[in-house]
Formats: sequence, structure tokens, C-alpha cells
Amino acid sequence: MPSLKDLKNKIASVKNTRKITKAMQMVSAAKLRRAQDAAEAARPFAERMTAVMSALAAGVGTGEGAPKLLAGNGRDQVHLLVVMTSERGLCGGFNSSIVKLARVRANELVAQGKTVKILTVGKKGREQLKRDWGHTFVGHVDLSEVKRVGYANAQNIAREAMAAFENGEADVVTIFYNRFQSVISQIPTEQQIIPAKFEAAGATALYDYEPSEEAILADLLPRGVATQIFTALLENGASEQGARMSAMDNATRNAGDMIAKYTTVYNRSRQAAITKELIEIISGAEAL
Amino acid sequence: MASTVQFDLVSPERRLASFPATEVQIPGAMGDLTAMEGHAATITSLRPGVLRVVGSEGTKAYIVTGGFAEISATGVSVLAEQAVPLDELTPAALDALVADACEAAAVNSDKDAADKAVADLYAMRAAAGI
Repeated sequence: MPSLKDLKNKIASVKNTRKITKAMQMVSAAKLRRAQDAAEAARPFAERMTAVMSALAAGVGTGEGAPKLLAGNGRDQVHLLVVMTSERGLCGGFNSSIVKLARVRANELVAQGKTVKILTVGKKGREQLKRDWGHTFVGHVDLSEVKRVGYANAQNIAREAMAAFENGEADVVTIFYNRFQSVISQIPTEQQIIPAKFEAAGATALYDYEPSEEAILADLLPRGVATQIFTALLENGASEQGARMSAMDNATRNAGDMIAKYTTVYNRSRQAAITKELIEIISGAEAL
Repeated sequence: MASTVQFDLVSPERRLASFPATEVQIPGAMGDLTAMEGHAATITSLRPGVLRVVGSEGTKAYIVTGGFAEISATGVSVLAEQAVPLDELTPAALDALVADACEAAAVNSDKDAADKAVADLYAMRAAAGI
């Protein structure tokens, strides 16, 4: 049985923890709103971009002479996996779920005799992957200094991925991120960005193209890669805050439960001590 | 009252403008073009330049770098990689754009295209009057 003083200290400490987790939850709630707004604001651009590109891609086709970013370079030996995770922890299963998906995929690819290369974005994923897949790391993008993810960040990542593709160091590039569905549910997603994949475009209006269809497509494809990465980064940002919010909500609730439990124990032992003293006094008095 | 087209200007990060306009002057890759109501459906890529929009509240100008514009008979959507309203543009921001382009030109294998981008930016600077 712990002493009264121990219990008191314990309760005080858990109360402090609860204060911190509560504060983190509120901060995440505010950040989540901002991240969601950013994701929302970026949507029109991404949607338009995809619509135009799929129309163009359908027109140009993947035959001879099609841009490499669309048709691929004819091989699929070397796979570059871009694993996007967070820079900070305490966000529940957010990072683990992405890493798990990436690991499964990497194992599959290796089993098929392919070469796997990994580019990590965010240090948490890098830490988790380092043990098993450290030898496959080809680079790391550090976003810890970045307060608000901008399109420029996405462009940098896109540039690295495209450089690898153009130099023949990678044949297929896939990104891994968490798609934001709600505060309690984020879906780990993998998306192939090079060669670009489009859903079959429906009937589209007939357009004049200036300069040519091919030229526009060649101009747009690199931007498309950056846009997809940007969308993924934003979704990831919102997911991270959502995951952190629910993790911290849980932590706060657990701390509350713990305090209630320890307070009961504390009160009970205090009462026991009082009763014991009373009995001692009474039996002392009776003995006279 | 002249007839109008729905004008949208979107950058990757946000929607910058959305209002009815009577005419939109677009810096197309092959040369400037002006879109008005009933324009043939066209998709054109952009070169760095000044985008001017004539609306009910006068003319608004934006600096755009690459991207593309989708023109239909009833609407014009400009998807610009970077877009800044002209009156918010500072010489420092413009210098940063030029520096970026020069940097990109230094590593770009397509020398002509990169040089053109830089030249376009200088032309844009002259047009913007900064």
C-alpha cells in the first residue's frame, strides 16, 4: 500500500500530464482547422489540373513519342517510394500506419525481385524505417523548419523525384501518405505519381490547344506531379493534426480516469488512517 | 452593359479571384490573347507575364508565372503556378522570381526554354513598371 504522500504526489503528477495533453489537444484542434482550410483551398486547382490532364492524356495516349512522365520509361525495375510522415510524435498511429503500408509494399516489391529505394519526408517515418530499410534510403526531406507547407515545398520534392526518374535511378515513383477522412479516421494511401495514372476521362469538350496538345501536356506533367505531392502533403498535415487531436483526447480522458482512481484510493487510505487512530484513542480510554 | 464571362484565377494554394469579367487578357505561351464572351474553347499554357481582367469594377492586373488557362464560351479559368495581384507586388518579390528563374535556367537542360522564361520575366518587369 503506497503511503498517503506518495499517492498525493502521483495525483499531482497525473494532473499535470492531463493539463499538457489537454493543451496539446486544443492546439491540434486549431491547427487542424487551418490545415483543413488549406486542403480545401488547394482543391479547385488540383481538380482542374487533373481534369485537364486526363483529357489531354486520353488524347495523346501512351504510345510512341508520348511524354516519359506519362508513358513511363518502359521499365518497372526500380521503385522509388516517397514516404510522407510527420516531424513530430504524439499523434497516435499516424506514422506507424503509413510506415506499415510502405513496408508491406516494399516487401512485396522485393519479393518480386524489384529494387526498392526510399525517399522519406518527415523524420518520424525515417526513424521507424531506418532499421529494416535504412540501406535503401536515397534521400530525406526535412520539413521541421516549415511552419506552413507551401507549394514550393511540394515542388522541391517533385524535383527530386523527377530528377531520379530522368536520370534512370527510378522507374516508378509512388507516394505514401494519410488521406484525411475525419478526425478519428485517416486512411493510409499509396498513389503512383510517375508514370502518371489517370482515371479514364469522360466525354470532354473539344478544345483548341495552344501550342499543341503534346506541348501543353509536357509542360503540365511536371506541374501535375508537384500538385499531387502538394495535395498529399496537405492531406497529411490535416491527418496528422486529426490523429494528434484524437490521441490527446484519449490521453486526457485516461488521465482523468487515473486521477479518479487514485483519488478513491487516497481517500480510502486517509479514512482508514483516521479510523485506526480513533480506535487507538478509544481503546486507550477504555483501558483506564 | 457588355456581356461577361465567369473569370476564375486559382493558384495551388488558394483561389485568388472569381468574378464576372468582360474581357481577360492572357499572356499565352504563343503570344497574348484576349478572351471575351463566345471565345472558342481553348486551352493554352502561360508564360510569365501580366494577366489583366476587365470587370465591372475596373481593370485588375495579376502577375502570373507558368500554368495554363482554360477558355470556354462562358468562362475563363486561369490556373497559375504563382499569381500575385499587381498592386501587391513588391520589387523584392519580383527580384526573387527572377532569381528563381535564373537558378532554374542554370540547371535546366533545355537552354532555350529556360532563357525564354528569364527573358519573359524581364519583359514582365518592364510591363509592370517596377
